[in-house]
Amino acid sequence: MPPPTLDSILEERRSQPQQLIEVLQDVQEHYGYISEESMKTVSNELGVLLMDVYSVASFYKAFALKPRGKNVIRICTGTACHVRGAKLILNQAVGQLGIKPSEVSDDGLFTIEHVNCLGACALGPVVTDNGHYHDHMSPGKLRKLIKSLYKADTEEISND
Amino acid sequence: MTKTKTIKSLEALRKKLLKDRKKIQSTLIMCGGTGCQASHCQEVVDAVKNELFEQGLAKSVCVRTTGCHGFCEQGPLMVIEPGNIFYCHISPDDAHEIVTKTIREGEVVEHLLYTDPVSGKQVQTELEIPFYRAQERHLLAQNRLVDPCSIEDYIAIGGYSALVKTLFEIAPESVVREIKDSGLRGRGGGGFPTGRKWAACREAPGDEKYVICNADEGDPGAYMDRCVLEGNPHLVIEGMMIGAWAIGARQGYVYVRNEYPLAVKNTRVAIQQAREFGLLGDNILGSSFSFDIDIARGGGAFVCGESTALMSSLEGKVGEPRPKDLHTVVDGLWHKPTTLNNVETWANVPSIILNGSSWFASKGSKGSKGTKILALTGHIKNTGLVEVAMGTTINTVVFDIGGGGSNGNSIKAVQTGGPSGGCLPADKFDLPVDFDELAKAGSMVGSGGMVVMGEETCMVDVAKYFLTFLQDESCGKCVPCRMGIDRMLEIVTDITEGNGTPQQISLLEELGSTVSETALCGLGKTAANPVLSTLRYFREEYEKHISEKKCPAGVCQALITYTIDPEKCTCCGICKRACPHKAIIGKKKQVHAINLDLCQKCGICRSECEFDAIQVK
Repeated sequence: MPPPTLDSILEERRSQPQQLIEVLQDVQEHYGYISEESMKTVSNELGVLLMDVYSVASFYKAFALKPRGKNVIRICTGTACHVRGAKLILNQAVGQLGIKPSEVSDDGLFTIEHVNCLGACALGPVVTDNGHYHDHMSPGKLRKLIKSLYKADTEEISND
Repeated sequence: MTKTKTIKSLEALRKKLLKDRKKIQSTLIMCGGTGCQASHCQEVVDAVKNELFEQGLAKSVCVRTTGCHGFCEQGPLMVIEPGNIFYCHISPDDAHEIVTKTIREGEVVEHLLYTDPVSGKQVQTELEIPFYRAQERHLLAQNRLVDPCSIEDYIAIGGYSALVKTLFEIAPESVVREIKDSGLRGRGGGGFPTGRKWAACREAPGDEKYVICNADEGDPGAYMDRCVLEGNPHLVIEGMMIGAWAIGARQGYVYVRNEYPLAVKNTRVAIQQAREFGLLGDNILGSSFSFDIDIARGGGAFVCGESTALMSSLEGKVGEPRPKDLHTVVDGLWHKPTTLNNVETWANVPSIILNGSSWFASKGSKGSKGTKILALTGHIKNTGLVEVAMGTTINTVVFDIGGGGSNGNSIKAVQTGGPSGGCLPADKFDLPVDFDELAKAGSMVGSGGMVVMGEETCMVDVAKYFLTFLQDESCGKCVPCRMGIDRMLEIVTDITEGNGTPQQISLLEELGSTVSETALCGLGKTAANPVLSTLRYFREEYEKHISEKKCPAGVCQALITYTIDPEKCTCCGICKRACPHKAIIGKKKQVHAINLDLCQKCGICRSECEFDAIQVK
């Protein structure tokens, strides 16, 4: 299904400045990031200064201002995951993919993000790939997960 | 669908639902919380439903997917009623056996029963499990009774009857008095008396007032609000409605973390259902009370858990706190009087109204009434959500409910209250879970996170972890928080890297108390707690890092080296394959070694080695 247009996201919210965060949430959800173009449109349609749109978009962690990789690996670094070795998991992802958190791998396939708590603390360390939860992660399990995502994507490309 | 426009139609619907329920022979209650979803419970639900259909039992046996049961470590888990049979770690392949043996023949499937890690014995019913037995599950127990996406389920168990009582039997000022008398205090961290907040908001001048449910649970290591909102959203909505009636609000908001997609979804469904049933909207149940709720998704900023920052965020702005010269009960959302309470606080309201304030006040300790949900996590055998009467000791929570340290290791500390709280050492575990007592000891109940730390945890690293978290989350508006946290982190980093000096300890204490006294909001005021509490109880660990340049727990990267014990190395090659930095050398059948020039001290090799051959010094 194609993502909803910016026009439909803005529907019934035009000229309502208080809807700014909700609109940006939807843009982020459907487009993966918030582009300069979409910020300009949102600014015009809601009646919020572009400066304020940028200030909100850059303040909240939920919003990315650059495109992210096809697969977003989120590593929970909340306290419960931290004491159970979340750092190892982050080290594994960084070492394996050769990118730092928030960067995109050269092939455009991966972005690593660390998140302060995913709320599944009893199952730590927790990782999500594109929203799918993985509990009790170890460096080895993450290595396999990344490999399988990579394999699925590269096979998809060669089949095209 | 029956619209419940009057009390009569609501009660008629309740009667009908209960009558229908009597036809059900047994109920399979499947936990569908985020934790169990991570353990793929949906596949089990599908398999069980399919099996019931194939065996012709689909009509007489009900499968109810509910919110979190609390014992996340054991997921996917199921309780079968009647009989209270508890099955854990269920896979879709077990569906046939469960239906054939337990449902048809009344026999227990032994390999799905829970084994108590302390006694080593198998336990058949949920009530017998030590993890549950020592708890007082008032709020959490309700999760099992309802499918969060079914308002009918909630009505069937007596839902919205506290609202009926409020609207038709109790005057708003009496509702406020009832909450005051109950002794309910805010569950989000502050512990402020809820009744006083409501009274001040009710008395504040103005016709336009708001209620807000704070579900921006940002404390890492705490997830009770997610669980309550996700598992029983109508309970929270009912609490908010009672609060709105008491203070005179017509509009409410639920501000929920976007990282909790299931909570967002279930709350949306619940609000929609309540509107369809006429329980939200104009002239609710034929009364003069009109009220509606909207949902707002948080943007992932920890500071938005603070009331004024949350309100700025709800207004569509940057979530920066503002000075509280005028409290939010007078000057809140859109500068109107606003009552903001946390999810767990709202969830406690309906039962206080139904059972009376003295019922609530009879539970708990002198200054902290009722029960509190705690998130028990970290290096402990039984992890999950735990609900105990306030005043219960940490010992009871950690040992009787939690079963003690994982892998038989001893427990060094418990971190309570999230980044605003502190670390308490094992000799303080006789302290009660009580707002005032924990604050006196330099920590706090906070939202109820309880992270257990074993001997393998470095307390200086823990302080560094929280400072890094807070530096990242500080909104930067006030100088003490923005600069103070930066400076404290610099010092603690020096110490963890072996560059610390003895004078830095007193400097840390001085900085910490200055930040506490001068920061603008709760985030900054409490930011020094993790540092100050670890300095108070684990000072010798700081001193060892400084004088001996050693990390006793073997955690701080700059102070440790990894080596391979040739006696233990079996030349299996796992570490070599695992090392992302290619720092391990060795061929087949040859003892491996670490190239210290390439080693980044990430620790991955050690976690992968099955023979304990990699040592850290």
